[in-house]
Amino acid sequence: MDFLLIQALSGLASAASLFLVASGLSIIFGVTRIVNFAHGAFYMLGAYVAFTLTDRFAGPLGFWGGLLVASLVVAALGALMEMVLLRRIYQAPELFQLLATFGVTLMVQDLVVLIWGPDDLMGPRAPGLSGAFSLFGRLVPSYDILLILLGPAVLGLLWLLFHRTRWGVLVRAATQDREMVASLGVNQKWLFTSVFALGVFLAALGGALQIPRTTVTHYMDLSIIVEVFVVVVIGGLGSVTGAFIAAVLVSELNAFGILVLPKISMITVFLVMAVVLVVRPWGLFGKPDAAPRASAGISVRPWKPMSVLERSGVALVVLLAALLPLVSGSYALSVGSEILVFVLFAASLHFMMTVGGLSSFGHAAYFGLGAYGAAFAVTYFGAPMEAALLLGPLLGLAGAVLFGWFCVRLSGVYFAMLTLAFAQITWSVAFQWVEVTGGDNGILGIWPSAWASTPQGFYWLTLAVVVVGVALLRMLVFSPFGFGLRAARDSALRAEAIGIDGKRTQWAAFMVAGTFAGIAGALFAFLKGSVFPETLAIPMSVDGLVMVLLGGIETVSGAVVGAVVYKALAIWLMSQTELSKLVLGGIIVLLVVAFPKGIVGFLEDWRHRRPPAPNGAGPKAAGKAATEAAPVGIAKLEAAR
Amino acid sequence: MKLEVSGLNSFYGQAHILFDVAFEVGEGEVVALLGRNGAGKSTSFRSVAGLVPQRTGKVVFEGEDVSRLPPYEIARRGLGYVPEDRRIFTELTVEENFEVGRQEPRPGVATWTPERIYKLFPNLGEMRKRAGGHMSGGEQQMLTIGRTLMGNPSLVLLDEPSEGLAPKIVEQMAEAIMTMKREGLSIIISEQNLHFAKLISDRAYIIEKGRIRFSGTMGELEANPEIRDAYLAV
Amino acid sequence: MNALLEVKGLVKSYSGVHAVRGVSFSLQAGEILALIGPNGAGKSTCFNMLNGQIRPNAGSIRLNGEEMVGLPPRTVWRRGVGRTFQITATFSSMTVRENVQVALLSYHRRLWSVLGYAGAAHREEADDLLTLVGMDQQAERPCGELAYGDLKRLELAVALANQPRLLLMDEPTAGMAPKERVELMRLTAAIARKKDMGVLFTEHDMDVVFEHADAVMVLNRGELIARGSPQEVRRDPHVQAIYLGEGLLYDAKHREEAVQ
Repeated sequence: MDFLLIQALSGLASAASLFLVASGLSIIFGVTRIVNFAHGAFYMLGAYVAFTLTDRFAGPLGFWGGLLVASLVVAALGALMEMVLLRRIYQAPELFQLLATFGVTLMVQDLVVLIWGPDDLMGPRAPGLSGAFSLFGRLVPSYDILLILLGPAVLGLLWLLFHRTRWGVLVRAATQDREMVASLGVNQKWLFTSVFALGVFLAALGGALQIPRTTVTHYMDLSIIVEVFVVVVIGGLGSVTGAFIAAVLVSELNAFGILVLPKISMITVFLVMAVVLVVRPWGLFGKPDAAPRASAGISVRPWKPMSVLERSGVALVVLLAALLPLVSGSYALSVGSEILVFVLFAASLHFMMTVGGLSSFGHAAYFGLGAYGAAFAVTYFGAPMEAALLLGPLLGLAGAVLFGWFCVRLSGVYFAMLTLAFAQITWSVAFQWVEVTGGDNGILGIWPSAWASTPQGFYWLTLAVVVVGVALLRMLVFSPFGFGLRAARDSALRAEAIGIDGKRTQWAAFMVAGTFAGIAGALFAFLKGSVFPETLAIPMSVDGLVMVLLGGIETVSGAVVGAVVYKALAIWLMSQTELSKLVLGGIIVLLVVAFPKGIVGFLEDWRHRRPPAPNGAGPKAAGKAATEAAPVGIAKLEAAR
Repeated sequence: MKLEVSGLNSFYGQAHILFDVAFEVGEGEVVALLGRNGAGKSTSFRSVAGLVPQRTGKVVFEGEDVSRLPPYEIARRGLGYVPEDRRIFTELTVEENFEVGRQEPRPGVATWTPERIYKLFPNLGEMRKRAGGHMSGGEQQMLTIGRTLMGNPSLVLLDEPSEGLAPKIVEQMAEAIMTMKREGLSIIISEQNLHFAKLISDRAYIIEKGRIRFSGTMGELEANPEIRDAYLAV
Repeated sequence: MNALLEVKGLVKSYSGVHAVRGVSFSLQAGEILALIGPNGAGKSTCFNMLNGQIRPNAGSIRLNGEEMVGLPPRTVWRRGVGRTFQITATFSSMTVRENVQVALLSYHRRLWSVLGYAGAAHREEADDLLTLVGMDQQAERPCGELAYGDLKRLELAVALANQPRLLLMDEPTAGMAPKERVELMRLTAAIARKKDMGVLFTEHDMDVVFEHADAVMVLNRGELIARGSPQEVRRDPHVQAIYLGEGLLYDAKHREEAVQ
C-alpha cells in the first residue's frame, strides 16, 4: 500500500514538468493555431541553459535565480523565433507550421551538441531540497514535494492571468478570432509574441526544473514532445486544465505501467489514450473544432487524368530509368534503388495527404512495419525474398488497420499528433522488445534471392514494383473510390449528406497508404540487408513529409519528383557535412517559407498563370464564397504582417 | 467629409474584386451601400478597415490617409468595423466582449460605457455574465455593435446588420441605428434588404460586380425604378 | 391519406437547456412547408434532427411510416431525404459536374469501386440534373469559382441526385438577390409538383415565405406556436408580436393583406 503511495507521489512529481510543457504548447496553439513542434527543443534548451547557469555561473544568481533566468533567456529565444520565422508562416497550412518548427528542432539538436557536447550532463541538486523525508518508512525526495505543489500553483496563476487581466481577456478573444481583435484596435502582433514567449517560458521552466532529477541529454526533446502530444490529445488542445489533468494521468500511468509492463510501459498510456479518443475525440477538456481549417491538398484547379502526350512522357522517363543499369556502376544503382523505394513511400503518404486530406506525421510506422514484417518472414519463417515481399507489407497493413481506426476519428493537427504518437509507440516497441526485434542491434541478414542479388537485378525489381505501385495509386485517385475520398476531404458535411461514410472511406485510404508504405519498407529491408528501429523513427516520417511538400501537396503525383530531388540531395549532403541535421533543418525551414506549393505546384502555377480575370470572374470571384473563405486566410495574412 | 474612399481596387489572390470604388460619408450621415450578394459590399468594408492586404487606392478618414495603416491603427483612430457575421467572442461574457473593444475616450466624440450600451440594448443588460455563445442571433448582433461602440468610434461600418435576423429584431436594430446617429456618429451600412435601408439611410450607393453603379439620395433611388431593378433585382 | 413525413413529440436539450420541446407536425408529398421563427428558436436543431445529424432525446420521425430516429445522415439520405445547407457545402476541388457525379456514384452504390475513371461515370444523368437547375452551361467549371447563387443551384442538383421524396432546405435563399430567390424557389416548387416531393425549408425572408410556401409553421423557444396558410400566419397577432413585428420589412402587398 505505502509502496503504491510512493509510486503515486513520484508520478505526481513527474507530472509537473510535463504539465508545464504541455500547457505552454496548448496556450501557444490556442492563439496562434500553431502546434509548436520545437516546444521539446525549448524544454531541452531550458535544461541546458539552467545547467550552465547553475553549474558554471552559480555565484551571482544562485540556484533558483539560475532556473528563472534560464527560462527567461529561452523565452526570449522563443520570441525571436516567433518574430523571425512564425510571423512569415501564420497563413500557411498547419502541416507546414508543424514542419517548420520541426526543422527548428533538428537545428537545435545539432547546435546543442556543438555547444554542450554529446555527453549527458549531471546538474546540481536544489539547495535546501537535496534531502529526502520519510513517509511510511520510505524516502521521498524533498524536491519531488516541491514539484507536486508547483503544478497546481502554476495552474492557478495561469487561470488568474487569463481571467483577471486585460491581457488575458485579449488572449482569450484572440484564441477565437484574431482578425476581429485587430479590428477592435489591438496590436495582435505583440499579443502573439507575448503569448509565444509565455508558452516557451513554461516549456523552458519545465526543462530547467528537471536538472536536479535527471541528467541533461541532447535527445530529451523528442521524448518529451511525444509525451506532450499524448497529454494534449488526451486533455484537449487549447485547454490548460486539460493539460494538467492529462499530465497527471499520463505520469501516473507511466509510474504504475512500469510495474506492470516494464518493457513497454508506453502501452498503458496508449490504451488510455485510445479509450479517451473513442469517447471524446477532442480530448477530455477540449472542444470539438466548430470550423476545422481546410486540410492540405485542396486545389482550385480540378485534377484531370493524364493526356496521351503526358502518358508518353512518363513512359519515356520510365524507359530511361530502366536503362540506367547499362550505363552506371553498383554504387549509383544502389542509390537509385534507395531513391525509388522512397518514391513509393512518398507516393503512399502523398495519396493519404492529398487525396484523403490526412496529414500523417507518423507514416514511417507503416514503412518500418513493412520492413520488420519482411525481416520476420525471413528470420522466423525462413521465407524466400518473393514471399517476404508479399508478407512484409501485411504487417504495415495490420498497423494501418489498427492505428488508422483511431486516427481517422480526428482531423487536422490532432490527426497529425496522434499518428506521430502511434509511430513513436511502434518505435519504442521495436527498440525495447529486444527478444523479438533485436532492439538497437536490429535484424541482420535479410538478403534478396539470387536473381535479384546483383545491384542491377535489385534495381530492376525495385523499379518494376515502384512503377506499378505509383500507377496503382494514381489509378485509385481517379476511381470512384478516389472521388469519394476527395469528397469526404472537401466537405465532410456534404459527403455524409449524400450517403458517403467518410470515416470508413478515410480508414480504407489509410490502409491503402499503409500497405504501399509497407511494400516500400519491405524493399528497403532487402536493399539494406537489415532492419533497425530507425526505419520507424520520427526523422523517417518527416523525410516523407518533406518529399511530399517538396513535390507539392496540391498535385496528383508531385511526391515522385519530391522524393527524387530530396533523397538525392540528402544522400549527397550526408557525404558532405557532419552537421547534417542543422543543414537539413535549415532546408526544411527555408522550403516552407519560400516554396509552400512545392516544386510541381510551383511549375503548375507557372504553367497556368494568367492575368487577373476581368469582372472578378477569377477563382473565388466576387461571390459569397470569396467573402466566406476570406476571413481565415486574411486573418492569417494579417497576422503575418 | 468624415470618410472619403477613392480609387479602391482590391484583390483576393488573383481575383480582382473591387474596381475603382469610391464613396463618401458626411459628418453625422447614415449612408447605405446596396448590392446583391458578392457584389463587393463586404470587401469594400474590409478594405476600408484594413483587412484586405492586397488593395490600392485612398481611404481618407478625418482628413488623414489611413490606407497604409494596419487594422488596429485604423480602429484606434475611431473608425469602427462591425463584421457581417457578427463574430462575437463566444467564450467570453458580454462584459469581457466589451473589454476587448474598450479604448480610451476620444475628444469630441461620444464616450461609451457598458452602462450606456445596456441602455441602447436593454436585452444585453440582463445577461452581463452570459457567454456570447449562449445568446440568440439578435442578441449577438447587439453585442457585436456594442463591442465596436466601446472603442468610441466616430464612424462605424456596419456590414449587413439585418442579415439572418427576425423581422422584429431588425426593426429594433433600425431604432438603435437611429439612436447612434442622434449621438453624432457617422454610419455606413451595407445592405441587401432595401426595406431596411429605406428606414434609416440618408443616401445610398449601389455596387455591382465590384463597381459603384449609382449614387444618390434615397428619394432619387425611389424615383429610379429601372436602376433599382437592374442592380438590386427587387 | 398518410403523410410523407410525420414528426411527433421531438425533444432536444443541450446540457439542460431545452432547444426543442415537443415539436409535432406532418408534411404531405408535394407540399412546400416553411419553418420560421426568431434566431435561436430551434429551427436548425429541428433540421439537424430530421436528417440524422443530431439525435433527439425523445420523439419520432417517420418517413412514409418508417422510423428514422437513430439513423446517421447517410442512411437517412438513402431512405430518400435530400438536404441543402445554410452555408453551401460542396466539393470545392471538383468541377460542377464531378460534384453531381459523386452524389450519383454514391446513389448507385459504386463508391467503393477502385476501377475505371469516375469522371466518365453517370455523365448524362449528371448533365440532366444540371440542366434541371440551369447549371448545364457551367458543368466543366471548378466549383470553387462559382458565384454564390450558382453554388446554391449546384447544391440543389446534388441534393436531388438520389430522387428524394423529401427535400430539406436550410435558408435556401439567404445571401441571394431577390430575383435569384424567386427563381430558385420557383424551380424548387416546380420540381416538387412534378416529382411529388415534399419540401421543408427555413427562411428569414418573409417575401419568399409568403410567396412560395403552401403552409407556414412558426417556432418560438423550441415550441410550435402557429401553423397554417401564409395568410393565417401573417394575421396571427401572437406571431406578429413575437416574430414579424410591424411588417416594415416585407413587401407592401403582404403587409396590406396582414392589416386587412
